[in-house]
Parts: sequence; C-alpha cells; structure tokens
Amino acid sequence: MIWHRSFTRNLIQVEIPVLLVLAFALAPFLWMLLTSIKPNADLSQFPLRYLPSSTTFEHYRTLIQRTSFPINLLNSLLIASGAVLLGLATSVPAAYSFSRFRFRGRRTLMTSFLVINMFPIVLLIIPLFVLMRALGLIDTFIGVIIGHSTFSIPFSIWMLVSYFNAIPRDLDEAAMIDGASRLQTIRLVVLPLVMPGIVTTAIYVFITSWNEYLFAMMLSGETVRPVTVALQLFIGEFTVQWGILTAGGTIIALPVTILFLFVQKRLVGGLTAGAVKS
Amino acid sequence: MNKATASGAIFRAATPYGFLLPALLVTALVILFPVLQTAWFSLHDYTLYDPENARFIGLKNFAAALADEVFWIALLNSAIWVTGIVSLQLLLGLGAALLLNQSFWWRGLARALVIIPWALPSVIIGLMWTWIYDFNLGVLNDILLRIGLISAPHAWLAQPSTALACIMLALVWQGFPFFTVTILAGLQTVPAELYEAAEIDGASSWRQFVHVTLPSIAGIVATAVLLRIIWVANSLDVILVMTGGGPGYATHTLPLYAFLRAYTGMEFGYAASLSLMLTAILLGIVWLYVRRQAGELER
Repeated sequence: MIWHRSFTRNLIQVEIPVLLVLAFALAPFLWMLLTSIKPNADLSQFPLRYLPSSTTFEHYRTLIQRTSFPINLLNSLLIASGAVLLGLATSVPAAYSFSRFRFRGRRTLMTSFLVINMFPIVLLIIPLFVLMRALGLIDTFIGVIIGHSTFSIPFSIWMLVSYFNAIPRDLDEAAMIDGASRLQTIRLVVLPLVMPGIVTTAIYVFITSWNEYLFAMMLSGETVRPVTVALQLFIGEFTVQWGILTAGGTIIALPVTILFLFVQKRLVGGLTAGAVKS
Repeated sequence: MNKATASGAIFRAATPYGFLLPALLVTALVILFPVLQTAWFSLHDYTLYDPENARFIGLKNFAAALADEVFWIALLNSAIWVTGIVSLQLLLGLGAALLLNQSFWWRGLARALVIIPWALPSVIIGLMWTWIYDFNLGVLNDILLRIGLISAPHAWLAQPSTALACIMLALVWQGFPFFTVTILAGLQTVPAELYEAAEIDGASSWRQFVHVTLPSIAGIVATAVLLRIIWVANSLDVILVMTGGGPGYATHTLPLYAFLRAYTGMEFGYAASLSLMLTAILLGIVWLYVRRQAGELER
C-alpha cells in the first residue's frame, strides 16, 4: 500500500504541502520568538533584518527586573491552580454521579452543563462583575477563580463523564458485592482507574485558565493581575518596545504549548463532545 | 425495620443528587444567577455608577437596540465574521487533515506541531498578529514590498477596509487546527476496505474522496461546524486586544459591542439586552448541536 506512491510523488503531493501548512501554523509563533532575542538595533530597521545580528536576552532581563511580570506570572500560576482545584473538587463527584446513577433529571442536568458551556461570555461577565463587587471579591484570587469556574466546571464534567464511562461498571459492582462501601469503592477502585482522565482534565483546565483574558481583566486589579492582562497593559505602555512584548508573549506561551502537546492526543474525544473549548 | 429500609431508600435515592450538589451550587452562583440578573438588567436602565436609580423600562432597551445604527453594523460584521472564519477554518482544516492522514515518516511530529496555534492565549495571538501587521516594522508589509505586491506600506489594522479581514485571518490561523484534529479523528474510523473496494472498481482519488471519505466524516464535520459557529460568534477577546473595535465601528461584532457598552459605557442594562439578543440568535444553533449530542447522554 505505502509503496503505491513513489518517493518523489509522495514528496510533492504530501510532504511539501504539509510543510506549507506547518509553516503557516508556526510562522507567527517563530516570528515572536525570533523578535524576542533580537537586539533593539535590529528591531528598528526597515526593510527588516530577518535573522538577528546577535542574539540577546536583554528583553527578558528588562521584563523580569523592571516590570511586575514575575508577580503576574505567580498570580497566573495561583489562579490557574485554584481553577483546577475548584473545578475538580466539584466535577469529579458530579461526573461520577452522571456516569454511575440513573436518576430523574439526569438528562436535563447533563444537557444544561453542555449548553452553559456555550453561553456568550458577555452574557455572564456583566452580572458576574456586579456580583463580585457586591461580595467584595473584585481583585481577589477567589474572585477570579470563581469566574473561571464558569468554564472549568461544565468542561470538566463532560470530559470526566466520558472517562468514568470508559471504566466498566462490573468493577464497581464486584467491589460492592465483596463488601466495600460506595465510598471505599470510589477511593480504591474507580478513582485510581480514572486518574489519567483526571490528570488530562486538570491540565486542560490549567491551560484554559492560564490563557483566559476577559474574566481576568474584569475581575482582577493590581493585586492579583495575571500575565495575560499584564501583557495587554504593557502593549499600551511600551508601544514601540516589541522586544519586551514578544519576550513576555514567549514566556507566557511556551509552558502552555509544551503542556498542551502532552495532553492533546487524549483530548480528541472531548472535542466534538463540545467539552474542549478554544 | 420498615422505618430503616424506608430511610435507606430515601438515602439511596438522594445519593446521586448529593454527589452533584457542589457542582450545582457553584454553577447556580456563577451561571444561573448571573443569567437571571442579565435578564433583569435588560428590562431596566441600569448603569453601574447609579444602580439605585435603575428604573423598569420594559422592552425599551431592545427597541433602542433595533433603532441603533451600531447594532446593525455589529450584526452585519458578526455575520461576516462567523461565515468567513468558520468556512476558511473548515477548508484549511479539512485540507490539512487529509494531508496528515497520508503516510510519511514524520507524520507524528507534523500532527503534534499543527495544533500549536490552538493552544495559545488570545492575548498572545493578538500580540503576534498586531506585530505582523505593524505599519512601520511589520513583516507583512516588508514581504509584500519585497515581492512588489504593494508599493507603499499599508496600515492593515488602521484602515476600515482591511481591519476586520486581518483579525479574521488571525482567528482562522488560530482555529483551523481544531478542524484538523477532529476531522483526522473521523478519518481514522473510515474502514480501509471501503477504499480498497473503490480502488478495485477503478474509482479515481477524487471520486473516492466524494463517495467514500466525505460521507464517512459528514457527521463529525457537521458537529464541529456547529460548535465553531457558536464559539466564533461569541469570541471577542482577540478583537478587543487588536483593535478594540476600531477604526470607527469597522471591527465591532455583536458580543464586542455589548461588552464595550458595559465596560466603557457602564450601561449594563443596554449591554444586557444586546447580549440576550446574541444568545437568542445563537439558540437555534445550540439546539441543533445539543440534538446531535443527545446520543452521548444515553450511554
């Protein structure tokens, strides 16, 4: 089968087109990376100098030493971890329930969790801002984390239900016949088996929360400002300093890209289930 | 004894809801309550700086929107935005998926790398593309000047004629991997025998594509298109980062207009009515999508 096509035909019909697609997909990212290591002298030339005359990390140094960026990174880390914790703490039991019980309202509730994932953000963000202000939660970690649970909970539930469903119910039943209580069964049988699914879900929630901009912008102030909001403010502040901006962009994007590559294969099932958002 | 079994039965019947309780409570706080409040806002002339004097005005916000020129501009822009982005993402995503379904030795690497744009934060996407489109030092102007397609630098994001299309290109770039990954998953479920049979019958590769591949992936493509329509129609953060809706109203879409009326105008009542109208427009598509997913619930 494979040798139906000759080497050159494969090269022209498949490999070169794939290279073009990849070039389109990666070029903006690589351009950002390249800009971030160019000295300022290179960055102000027109026509452009594509490859740096020398590589430099001065933009990264400026960003870390002279701006609030390190604190913003820490804030993002705390917010995303909090979003993962709140998301999992609420959705692991919920997904277990949807997967293992048949009860009145199950269908309606599951559909609701699917539909709320598709609500326009603007529909939620305005009243959420008013609510958080009334509760005194503007510019607090808990405020932004609760804001992020609008997407982390519905997403996690749908992802996790499919992971729970993949574990045969016979296993639970066997354990319960052997005298294990429901909670023991969950702890000793179900949870260990569903753990890879939980980890995938956790990583995806982390990435989404780390990447999120609108809720963070509305609900955070100076104290808990995450990197996405900080970078957007830098764009206003350092209009011409593309070196610093692209260095910031690279620092934000690199860790999530690597994390994403780890989990992408296992996310595919959640794609058309509407769980995985972009 | 009887009493114990009765309370045991109640306990067993309540167990599923007990497990759901934490998720339901948080969801009620962050989704249900806000949505109801949006509905309430939309019927009042609620402004953030003067909430005490919010008056009930019935459907006047909605009537005002229908008479609002910017609402219609934003609606038209949204239509262009959704149609253009989703169709181009689908075409590019389908093409890439068909290519990545062929066998070549670095296929695994190519499949992993093509997804990268989709993992990036909207702020970074906005930043990257603003830099590419930059008037003075942007790489797009540089390339087009070098190959002679333009004779002077063009202000891509500052010209009303090109601004929307430029942001749309950034979104196409960001979202086409979604189609690639979904369609690729669909392609892998097509039985190889179908292709072999078609080949024996002497079908050309085009005919194989039309009669074997397309029917096999039609379902998954339809689901993916519905999902993308919903998300692209709702997305506003990349526009907000790149142009903030300008120049003029050139890049105002409906969700962005609603957001700006709330965020800069503080007119929460009017913004709420705008976002409810957006939701109503999308409801039909959500309904179609949920119906397609209904099978998933029965398992």
